[in-house]
Amino acid sequence: MPRDADLDELEARSIYILREARRCVAPLAMLWSIGKDSTALLWLARKAFFGAVPFPVVQLDTEMELPEVYQFRDDIAKAWDLDLRVEMCPPEASVDQTLPPASRAAARKTEGLKNLIGHAGYKGVLVGIRRDEQATRAKERVFSPRSFGSDWDVRNQPSEFWNHYTTDVPEGTHLRIHPLLHWTEVDIWRYHERENIPFCDLYFAREGKRYRSLGEKNITVPIESNASTIAEIIAELETTREPERAGRVMDHDSEDSFERLRTAGYM
Amino acid sequence: MDRSLRVAVLGHVDHGKSTTIGRLLHDTDSLPTGKLEELEAISKRRGVPLEWSFVLDALQAERDQAVTIDTTRVWFTWKDRRYAIIDAPGHREFVRNMLSGASEADAAVLVVDAIEGIGEQTRRHAHLARLLGLRQLAVAINKLDAIGFDRAGFDRLAEDARALLAGLGLEARATIPVSARDGDNLVHRSARTPWYDGPTLIEALDAFENLDMPAESPLRLRVQDVYRIDDRRIAVGRIESGRVAVGDTVVLLPSGANATVRSIDRWNAPVAEVAIAGESIGLSFHEPVFVDRGDTIAHPEGAPPLDYAFRAVVFWLSEAPPVVGEYLVAQFGPTSARVRVAGIGRALDTSSLADVATGAVPQYAMLELDLRGRVQLPLDTQASLPATSRLVLMRETDVVGGGFVESVATRATNLHPSGHLVTRAEREAVHGHRAAVLWMTGLSGAGKSTLAMALERRLFGSGYNAFVLDGDNIRAGLNRDLGFAPADRSENLRRVAEVAALLAEAGTIAIVAFISPMEADRELARQACGSDFKEIYISTDVETCEARDTKGLYARARAGEIADFTGVSAPYEAPGSPDIAIQTRGRSVDECVDELLTFVKQAVAPH
Ligand SMILES: Nc1nc2c(ncn2[C@@H]2O[C@H](COP(=O)(O)OP(=O)(O)OP(=O)(O)O)[C@@H](O)[C@H]2O)c(=O)[nH]1
Ligand SMILES: [Mg+2]
Repeated sequence: MPRDADLDELEARSIYILREARRCVAPLAMLWSIGKDSTALLWLARKAFFGAVPFPVVQLDTEMELPEVYQFRDDIAKAWDLDLRVEMCPPEASVDQTLPPASRAAARKTEGLKNLIGHAGYKGVLVGIRRDEQATRAKERVFSPRSFGSDWDVRNQPSEFWNHYTTDVPEGTHLRIHPLLHWTEVDIWRYHERENIPFCDLYFAREGKRYRSLGEKNITVPIESNASTIAEIIAELETTREPERAGRVMDHDSEDSFERLRTAGYM
Repeated sequence: MDRSLRVAVLGHVDHGKSTTIGRLLHDTDSLPTGKLEELEAISKRRGVPLEWSFVLDALQAERDQAVTIDTTRVWFTWKDRRYAIIDAPGHREFVRNMLSGASEADAAVLVVDAIEGIGEQTRRHAHLARLLGLRQLAVAINKLDAIGFDRAGFDRLAEDARALLAGLGLEARATIPVSARDGDNLVHRSARTPWYDGPTLIEALDAFENLDMPAESPLRLRVQDVYRIDDRRIAVGRIESGRVAVGDTVVLLPSGANATVRSIDRWNAPVAEVAIAGESIGLSFHEPVFVDRGDTIAHPEGAPPLDYAFRAVVFWLSEAPPVVGEYLVAQFGPTSARVRVAGIGRALDTSSLADVATGAVPQYAMLELDLRGRVQLPLDTQASLPATSRLVLMRETDVVGGGFVESVATRATNLHPSGHLVTRAEREAVHGHRAAVLWMTGLSGAGKSTLAMALERRLFGSGYNAFVLDGDNIRAGLNRDLGFAPADRSENLRRVAEVAALLAEAGTIAIVAFISPMEADRELARQACGSDFKEIYISTDVETCEARDTKGLYARARAGEIADFTGVSAPYEAPGSPDIAIQTRGRSVDECVDELLTFVKQAVAPH
């Protein structure tokens, strides 16, 4: 069977970005939410660096993930010999209380990330977001500078063209680096299928329901589905008109809730 | 599966780019469930009729001001083909964002408002399309509903658009009358344009091809990094063009070292002894060659020429114009080079299409820049290999321009462009040797002038054409308006360097004897003289110089009578890597000149 040219191109570009990040930005870390995207990103890092992930892999933990997620995390960390760091997010009471309830849970992660950058001093954080997930993420840069408070200045993003990325940022600020920005949801699954990347089986249907997007158990709901293989997931995605993050409560609190989260530093 | 066709939608502000895309998604049945209702609700809340642009314009500021601020991207599938549509902002203030999005496109749609016609950004975006190498274009004349689907009106605008593109050497494959808001001729053929029998927008997109990276061109890989794995050093990078195979002899540039490919490294991928354009790979070599980030790997046949100077065509993004003499950083992917702006050719205002003064280049001008590096660079041109001819220009940490190498200047003609009918090569042939600038630097009393004069005498005696420039003959005349303040000292050296470069151009060996204590001044001199420049460090230590004190200057400096005296009260920055260093302590003048002569004769030997 001939290689899938589309996946080859997506992969080669992500590897290029990862290698730029590793060479030009230090210290560097990767966020791992244990979901399908950031697990694919970990896999790409192994590709880029010939098997070993050469930087810490951080999970922003709210202790609200499903138990299967924690199990999967520990298994993979061991099998892939990851330098796993778990950053505990501050409690909900400590975040902006004017945010709608579901957004507050997401804001905990933002605070966890800010704490992490504060104490570990990371200059770059690799994050597995994609443009097609959400309309404000679609406007991201691959190397996105963040101010001291981690704010995203969406009106003033640097130009980014011809594989030239902003890697030099002032003291006290950091870069969010997005090597999967150009992938779509179905690309990720096709890549999982081709590469045989392990993933948490909550994505497969059980009793007529499966998770399409994995978030905290209190703010993520499973969708109706009978897909129990990757091929079935892909077939489902090719016909569905439901948006990927439909099951993420926080996106739908209000028209601007996701944008507010992101400008304040959410992934 | 093939990769998605990437299409950028360009045009002036408010001409309907985002609306076109939003409506295209709707008409191809690609909007997710609930999106239409959401759009209706948002539009209603803002008191406007249904706005398709809100599908793309997701930021609150964008919706509030009804303007696209940043580029975005959406995907859809139509007839088994995937499309990634890039929405670009049309407002002048966001041209940088437009470039970020459009630079990745395979094709472009230029949207023109039927009432307003060609606008400032229509012209600018068309220019950028050319700069980006976008050859697959369609024009959508939009808001035909607002001119009552008038055929004559459409024809006039179609002609305007054709003329604009033709002026840039571009041609649209289709010019389509549309009403984006109502969906006419996007996906569904409109009953309101019975006079139009060309393609709909989706048919025009369907006819475009994916632009793959050029596998059939000469090999180019720019090294991103080098990893040590087990006993091997692996150079990693993405092949930008051509192909490479295990066993190939390749050349590393700029060093020029040859190496044989020992392995092509990938992780958890099918083993293949060949890699082609587009792949991100690792390479290891049989020979213990030194390779580092920024090196270019090519085949010896078909390798890019190396040169210091080149002319680039650049789209200027900064409000602060380029200044002749300033330093910028040119980025060719991972290859980065400090370059000096040696000259500004023609500059064009991309909105009015008028020539502008090169002394005050406005933001978003398209201009020709003559750039000169301090080391040789492998240079592909737009005509020879477009992908690797592209460069991004940085000033400090800001991106100030993007463009491509248009031509590589050959050294002799580029240095001092002139209309001489006698070439430098002819002059050198008459003299029987090449010219050079021998730049002697060192402390006061180190022996620069003594050695320079002795060297001049000995060279002349052997039939060489040489001439000394030193404080005595320069400061007495040409530079008599200059004192010894730091700025004057720099200007003094700048003029000396220019004169020395002219002497070299005239075929003469210029021997320069100035303290020139600052690395930065010597660097400027090196820039002015290019590869003619030979740095000679007269490295006599300060104690020896002070003991000599032939002019009594050290004593006066110690007594505080002379301020800023190099070596006493002002720094001397010793050259880091001079072409030759001469220590005079305890040696005769003849001994030192013998050593210099050997070096010089080799440096100016005919090719
Ligand atoms: N009458 C009419 N109005 C249209 C049509 N297409 C777009 N418009 C209106 O033109 C205005 C601008 O449309 P946008 O799609 O936001 O324009 P744009 O080119 O994306 O603008 P920027 O991204 O800000 O440069 C909106 O109010 C649209 O409703 C059309 O076919 N007919
Ligand atoms: Mg728009």
